Amino acid sequence: MTNKTLISATINGEPVEFLCEPHQSLLECLRDILGLTGTKEGCNDGNCGACSVLLDGQLVNSCLVLGVEIQGRAVTTVEGLADWRGLHPIQQAFLEADGFQCGFCTPGILIATKALLDREPDPTEADIRAWLSGNLCRCTGYDKIVRAVQAAACRLYAECEVNV
Amino acid sequence: MNAQANKPFTVVGERLPRYDGADKVTGKAIFGPDVALPGMLHGFILRSPHAHARILSIDTSRAEALPGVYAVVTAADLPPAESTDHRYAHDNTFAGDKVLYVGHAVAAVAARTPPIAEQAARLIEVEYEVLPAVTDVLEAMRDDAPILHDDMRTHSLAGRGDKPSNVASHFQQLKGDPARGFAEADVIIEREFHTATVHQGYIESHAALATWSDDGVLTVNTTTQGSFAFRDHLVWLLDLPMSKVRVIPTEVGGAFGGKNTSYLEVPAALLARKARRPVKITMPRPDVFLATGPSSGAFFRVKMGATRDGHITAAQAELCYAAGAYPGSPVGSGANVMFGPYVIPHGQVDGYDVVTNGPRVSSYRAPGGTPANFAAETVIDELAEKLGLDPIEFRLRNHAKEGDERIDGGTHGSIGGIEVLEAAQACDHYNAPLSGPNRGRGVAHAAWGNWGGRSSCTLSVNGDGTVSLVTSSVDLSGTRTTIAMQAAEALELPPERIRPSVGDTDNTGYADVSAGSRTTYATGIAAIQAAEDIIVQMEARAAALWDVPAERVTYARGVFASGTDQRFTFAELAEQVTGSGGSVSSIANVDVAEWGAGFSTHIADVEVDPETGKVTLLRYTVVQDVGQAVHPTMVEGQMQGGATQGIGWALYEGYAYNEQGQMLNANFLDYKIPTALDVPMIETVIVEVPYPKHPFGVRGVGEPPIVPPPAAIANAIYRAIDVRPTHLPMTPAHLLEKLGLIES
Amino acid sequence: MNHDSWREVSAMATVYIPSLMRDLSGGQDKISVPGKTVAQVIEALDAVCPGVKARVADGNHLAPGVAVSVDGVIARLGLRAPVKAGSVLRFLPVIEGG
Repeated sequence: MTNKTLISATINGEPVEFLCEPHQSLLECLRDILGLTGTKEGCNDGNCGACSVLLDGQLVNSCLVLGVEIQGRAVTTVEGLADWRGLHPIQQAFLEADGFQCGFCTPGILIATKALLDREPDPTEADIRAWLSGNLCRCTGYDKIVRAVQAAACRLYAECEVNV
Repeated sequence: MNAQANKPFTVVGERLPRYDGADKVTGKAIFGPDVALPGMLHGFILRSPHAHARILSIDTSRAEALPGVYAVVTAADLPPAESTDHRYAHDNTFAGDKVLYVGHAVAAVAARTPPIAEQAARLIEVEYEVLPAVTDVLEAMRDDAPILHDDMRTHSLAGRGDKPSNVASHFQQLKGDPARGFAEADVIIEREFHTATVHQGYIESHAALATWSDDGVLTVNTTTQGSFAFRDHLVWLLDLPMSKVRVIPTEVGGAFGGKNTSYLEVPAALLARKARRPVKITMPRPDVFLATGPSSGAFFRVKMGATRDGHITAAQAELCYAAGAYPGSPVGSGANVMFGPYVIPHGQVDGYDVVTNGPRVSSYRAPGGTPANFAAETVIDELAEKLGLDPIEFRLRNHAKEGDERIDGGTHGSIGGIEVLEAAQACDHYNAPLSGPNRGRGVAHAAWGNWGGRSSCTLSVNGDGTVSLVTSSVDLSGTRTTIAMQAAEALELPPERIRPSVGDTDNTGYADVSAGSRTTYATGIAAIQAAEDIIVQMEARAAALWDVPAERVTYARGVFASGTDQRFTFAELAEQVTGSGGSVSSIANVDVAEWGAGFSTHIADVEVDPETGKVTLLRYTVVQDVGQAVHPTMVEGQMQGGATQGIGWALYEGYAYNEQGQMLNANFLDYKIPTALDVPMIETVIVEVPYPKHPFGVRGVGEPPIVPPPAAIANAIYRAIDVRPTHLPMTPAHLLEKLGLIES
Repeated sequence: MNHDSWREVSAMATVYIPSLMRDLSGGQDKISVPGKTVAQVIEALDAVCPGVKARVADGNHLAPGVAVSVDGVIARLGLRAPVKAGSVLRFLPVIEGG
């Protein structure tokens, strides 16, 4: 007998079905069952943000969500940002601003940025730092990440020049 | 300016998009934990709960019997060790008769799923006899300290010790006559400092996937700074022929020295061989803190003397570094950082490498340098103040120049330390007013040696005039781009024509680890050499096609010419060459024996809350000599990232232990690395004093910026609240203690 | 001038004696000895200052934690590293980068 549950959910806009055990986190389901390895594990206890995804548009640490909890819900991961038109403006802004070095925290930061800009189209530096304080980066010192978010806001919502 | 060729750069110095950028911002880049193979098993490592204990017995039978378990391994599965170094490496892979730190690996299990592997590991019965543990370096040096290795005697050039000790070695650097030097001083400052163990804190954990072919070839996919270093380690520990081990590096999610050392590869290989299936092991975050290679906790005693007119007459330091369970702390490079930038007429440095019950330390970005600089630059600051001199002016007055002799007996090569200090003196931040209560500005300066070493680069010309570049140098943060840029510069081609990639041990030449600020520098030299050879080969091919002597053919700005009206663009010639008789490619293997040191000055403005001891960083500037910035945006990123690690080291990070030697904060909540809220925008001033032995003047960039932050912040805190911190991290509790508001 | 002794002197390497070993060198901080490899130089030095070899070498390797630089460059080959006439040797603690 199995203790696995059949989960039906929407991931990056597409219907998905998979089997998972009660103890498996959403992070584990995404990476190990669905093969979506863009979302990363950094600590597995909700303290680094590398596993950030959007769950029904809310920013969550997927290591703190169980796979069974996403039944009937929608998840957005880094794999869902680019589409048939190309890279998402947030991704383009990070490329131009060099807002990453090793790239490991980057998926989580991009998702967190999307969550911020979905709510606040014109964030201040303080807003950005507060919003991203749940995403640890060890490489950049955050400076170019903040500039990338500012540039992304410009791209999405305004005609403006940002000094990156 | 390309001084060597006497023309302006066309590629070097530009802010180009990174070649690996698209994969990094889409999550497509494959990191260590992302690799998987069909049928693979999952490994779990059983680790010691005790900081110091004898292993009386290990019984793996219940684990082996659990359904879903394919293999269990212990130290008994490793070939026997020979030399002392081999014994230490063997022992750190799986403990032999003792465990020496909490987290010390004792056994490993491979099973069908991670929960089964963990469950099985917990069924392994280990009988321990717990022994007293020692985690503090000074405690470990006491005569009555618990001894980790009964056969350890202190090695020093003064002779070998005759009784068991935790002091593995002692060295001394001596120049002149310190007693005389101090006698000549008008002001003498003597201080002691304690610094805690810190971890590199990379966000990607360690991960390795091992597979054996049926003809005995081991392949390991792993996140590593050095595929060849890891191959060497596997060959050594498993006694295998080098040609039968292939290490394939993945993308790396942060390393900073901590992935120079192999931890999971040998256990994964042993399990995979026993199970006859691929085995993947990823390290849980607490194990990363407990059982990889943090940087040394340390103790310093520093004494410096200077005359009233601001000249240092003597300097003396004692450095005691905790190595963890086996010898090998970076006390030697810490000693070189100590008074590194200055002319010291009379100096003595004594360094002690001490084993303690903790994980064996590994390199962390400028190994040993940051805490040593904290100690020395705090004392320099105090000296300057007592002499009534501006902190930068005092440093300028005593700064070394090329040819000056250091305390360790070496001489300075081409260095840009004075230029860096002058740029700091002139920069916006240093001249901006700072007012308000409990606010202060501090400065610190550091010299870091950098490194050259062995690198390999292959260039192959494609039929359309593009060039493929393959290197064994693992790319940690963008070096495939900086190396490709140097190749493009040397080939006089646009950078889009180069396609760089990182190979593995089966298809590239040997490289030292990507560490020590060497990769852009030394692998760049290899790329330039390969490029020059490509041009020579192409000139010869053009000569053959034109039927002229090869010496008549020249190459400039992308065009081959013969002195008459015959010409080919690079692409036109490439099309001819590969279409008629074989491609043009070149491999350059270098061992770069000389390199330029990197100097850095940091300026920090802080505000301290005198009631809580909380420090807020108001403004921060990094000034650094990089020789020639290949990619200025990436150089700025290195300066900002290194400084932020140093800021964490200064204010927030440090291993905390209980009396049983157990680490209390082995997670990202309680071991606090800086978040976006903890740092301001970090201003950067790039100084370029070209290093003459690199064709483009490049110096290493990655390590220097982590060295000065704690001293800069400590000196700022002093000017804010009138107390000098002597402990890292400079926590609120430490500052309140210095203010006399709480007891220690 | 005796050309043989001139040739001998110029074939020497100069070894800087670390402070902790000056009890063996009678306080001298540098000594010239012949040798074509680091191992040979150490043997020659040990003949003049008995006990030096036991301090810096451990069988076929340099002693733990000890490195040697030849003309300013750390000798990767250790005891087997080549030494030229006029070379300068120094014993140093092992250094690393990360």
